[in-house]
Amino acid sequence: MSKHHVTTVINGEPTEFLCEPQLTLLDVLRDELHLTGSKEGCSSGDCGACSVLVDGRLVCSCLMLAVEAEGHKIETIEGMAKGDELHPLQRIFLEEAALQCGFCTPGVLIAAKALLDRNPNPTETEARYWLAGNLCRCTGYDKIIRAVLDAAAELRGERASA
Amino acid sequence: MLDYTAPSTVEEAVRILAATPGTAKVLSGGTDLLVQLRSGRVKPGLIVDIKKIPDISGIREKDGGFTIGAATSGAEIGECAALQKAWPGVVEAANLIGSTQVQGRASLAGNLCNASPAADSVPAMIAARATCVIAGPKGKREAPVETITTGPGRTSLSPGEFIVAFHLPKRPPRSADAYLRFIPRTEMDIAVVGAAVNLTLDTGGVCTDARVVLGAVAPTAVIVAEAATALIGRKLDETALAALDRAARAACKPIDDKRGTIEYRTKVAGVMARRTATIAYERARERR
Repeated sequence: MSKHHVTTVINGEPTEFLCEPQLTLLDVLRDELHLTGSKEGCSSGDCGACSVLVDGRLVCSCLMLAVEAEGHKIETIEGMAKGDELHPLQRIFLEEAALQCGFCTPGVLIAAKALLDRNPNPTETEARYWLAGNLCRCTGYDKIIRAVLDAAAELRGERASA
Repeated sequence: MLDYTAPSTVEEAVRILAATPGTAKVLSGGTDLLVQLRSGRVKPGLIVDIKKIPDISGIREKDGGFTIGAATSGAEIGECAALQKAWPGVVEAANLIGSTQVQGRASLAGNLCNASPAADSVPAMIAARATCVIAGPKGKREAPVETITTGPGRTSLSPGEFIVAFHLPKRPPRSADAYLRFIPRTEMDIAVVGAAVNLTLDTGGVCTDARVVLGAVAPTAVIVAEAATALIGRKLDETALAALDRAARAACKPIDDKRGTIEYRTKVAGVMARRTATIAYERARERR
């Protein structure tokens, strides 16, 4: 089977890979590039565990062929912290225990960051609708939503970091 | 064996599709196609990604009408303030498709050509009298959206044809549209019933033109002419709403499934038609 040569930028790094046409972006991120932060939950676009940003747009990486990444900028959970310094969303998720098993967390964080990049001051309802495509089966959503709203307040400078 | 190609012109895409009848699949947002590929429900030999074609994504306004590229994502549609103002019903229908993540990719052409009876954007586009620009081996043609879906999973497109854009016409004054769908939860589900209403009022608030379309109650979206007749010449009083409700229920030929029984879908269709017409009417009145 012929492989396709794909040139992308992933988390700011120019990245090239070879892939078979049926592979999803999630397959290549995890199995080829060993960026295993993005998770495979449902593989049908329902759970959001594989969420990444493509040119700043939130998408499910299981619903995109890897070849479609040609010429696009991809951001994954691996690019969210700056070195050892966690993004406020990541830190507040830890401080407020907004996760249990953690499987959904990378997707939730990427989706929440996409929300706050667009809307620094979302209402609880806006946050809940925005994150409706990120399923969590253990924490329940209250702590997740509270952590997102607290991170938003901190990013706006209205809440001191712990 | 599956292969992939991303032609950079409409002509090249038509040539490739015409040369591979029955084995090629057009890819725009992929939010349905990739799920079907994975489950084995479709087994194409070739994926033709149309997103490298110039103007296949994006919204252009001209002389009061709008052209929406076939692969324009739901997110882009929702962010277009001018389109939102002119066609709030089309925009709210397109934005109901899937999650935020799905909105980042899902397109009107995909929603239409996937040919699900419950497709949310389709009743709204039909109510809006939207047309599709279709490219094919014989050149381009334009066709009303309601002529595309012929049954679940089936379309009237010929081999080699694909949709390149949608046109929404210029609106008369005091016109507005609305779309509502009923689902058992508040987000992320498939319509039990969808209802789209597009209407125009005179300066006194009397309805002079209307189009009522139901989704998820028959193999394809249904234009309910009797429901439009119930509204025209009236001010959306209880007589008009009751006649609309009756006409909507009479037009239903639904299936029984886990989302709703025939009886339930039929009853809800009448209720949704009433509520949608009320929203469209209020929007149109605000535009006097």
